[in-house]
Amino acid sequence: MASERNTNFIKIDGVSHTFQTATGNLPVLDDLSLSVPKNGFTAIVGPSGCGKSTVTRLIAGLLRPNIGGVWLKGEPVNSPRDIVGMAFQNPVLLEWRSILKNVMLPLEIVPNSLSSVAREQRALDLLKLVGLSGFEDKKPSELSGGMRQRASLCRALVHKPEILILDEPFGALDAFTREDLWQTMHQLREKEPFTGVLITHDLREAIFLADEVVVLSGRPATTQFKQEMMERGPRSIDQLYTPRAMETLNILREQIKIARQNEGTVS
Amino acid sequence: MRHAMAPVFAIVLFLAFWELTVWVNDWPNYKMASPSDLWPAFWRFKWLFLTYGWETLWRTVIGLIIAVMVGLVFGVLMGFSRVLRQGLYPLLVGFNAIPKATVVPIVALMFVGQHDLNTVLIAFMISFFPIAVSVSVGLSTLEPEYRDILRALGASRFTIFWKIALPKTLPEFFGALKVAVTLAFIGTNLMEIVSPHGRGLGALFDSGKTNSDYPLMFAVLIALAILGIALYYVIVVLEGIFAGWADRQGE
Ligand SMILES: Nc1ncnc2c1ncn2[C@@H]1O[C@H](COP(=O)(O)OP(=O)(O)OP(=O)(O)O)[C@@H](O)[C@H]1O
Ligand SMILES: [Mg+2]
Repeated sequence: MASERNTNFIKIDGVSHTFQTATGNLPVLDDLSLSVPKNGFTAIVGPSGCGKSTVTRLIAGLLRPNIGGVWLKGEPVNSPRDIVGMAFQNPVLLEWRSILKNVMLPLEIVPNSLSSVAREQRALDLLKLVGLSGFEDKKPSELSGGMRQRASLCRALVHKPEILILDEPFGALDAFTREDLWQTMHQLREKEPFTGVLITHDLREAIFLADEVVVLSGRPATTQFKQEMMERGPRSIDQLYTPRAMETLNILREQIKIARQNEGTVS
Repeated sequence: MRHAMAPVFAIVLFLAFWELTVWVNDWPNYKMASPSDLWPAFWRFKWLFLTYGWETLWRTVIGLIIAVMVGLVFGVLMGFSRVLRQGLYPLLVGFNAIPKATVVPIVALMFVGQHDLNTVLIAFMISFFPIAVSVSVGLSTLEPEYRDILRALGASRFTIFWKIALPKTLPEFFGALKVAVTLAFIGTNLMEIVSPHGRGLGALFDSGKTNSDYPLMFAVLIALAILGIALYYVIVVLEGIFAGWADRQGE
């Protein structure tokens, strides 16, 4: 039982979901199944608008599927749970709070026994880890896009969530900042292991960060393809340019092509 | 320092121009009073100016406070519920479209003699619309991601409102409050002028009119301008305290 809980730390089983819109029904997910082991890191890629963000909202308990179920640690997800931390493409920092207070926000919501000093220390430690020491008292508008995204990551992790959900958090950043943040992600994972789900449209990012990459088909999305990565844990950017990485990249690119071709045929 | 002196300089220049124009054209008092006539008028009625000024001030402020409370309730209801928004919005727009100058005599007759009630009522009626609209728009346009960062942690609707929706709406709210305070002030004065045997600066203006005391009328106008400016800047100061983060001029 315990091992079942660990291999299926996040489990999505036979999920179908249809949105009711003004123009009619929009089937978004179709019999999608997916599982992430404890402390694993899965990247999800797929055509634009295929339902990736919808999957993150299902895992976070923000949305309940029409058909099928989602389990975290073996328990069915019926509503949001504080073992989850989330970060989005838009860092959504609160403009009226300092960076430190922004990072501390989840600690004001999630029940915890930390003193206010301990909460602050926790936030400061994380900010230091992502290289934002000295910016604690700045307002979000005084930071660059990459720095805001770092702060947003700290906020997602401050309450030590067991599960981290990232929905294209690096999508809007330039290539160099993005590679910096990839390294930061590995550091964070090494320091405080978590089970991660990353939505991305950058295949190199998926290969560099994940243990497993899942390709979703076009809408309505189902799991089209899965690829285990060879590496586990921290790796250097150079490894992205090895023949093996190139090969993986090509396989994934081919799969995305297939996913996009099929998009029009199912409606 | 130069910034602080600029308005003073502008006012002095304006008064000098006014005095000069009256003097050059040799206008009599009943056509156009000059600034030098105003001070005697102030001085003669100084107690009335103080007590009536206070009267006008508190009626405006109470009317505005009620407008803020009612506007917030409507704004929150319409901001969170689409059904209520669709239902209430046309009603509010219609209510707001009625020129308040036509409502003033009706209210004056409805509660004849109850000057305080009449005046506060008009100040409230004229000023609550912008507040309701700004709050509802602010809340209904809150990006879902802002809501989700707290909802994903299991926060209650009230917590989300208190920690995110409300502070995020504050800049719009204060923008509307600046409009509302001016409107409430206009409402107060409309009613004070129309109510027979009323009090307040509006009544003083009316008595200046009945007695053809033009310097008094102009003095009331000046007093109203000063009071209006003071009220407006109180809101500006409050805005700086509560929503100063939205001001990016310094960056
Ligand atoms: N709450 C909703 N109501 C109606 N339709 C929705 C809702 N949320 C998403 N959709 C629709 O469902 C589809 C999938 O949306 P989703 O955001 O999950 O896609 P995505 O894969 O994350 O897209 P992208 O790559 O652009 O981020 C889209 O067509 C979207 O318009
Ligand atoms: Mg998305």
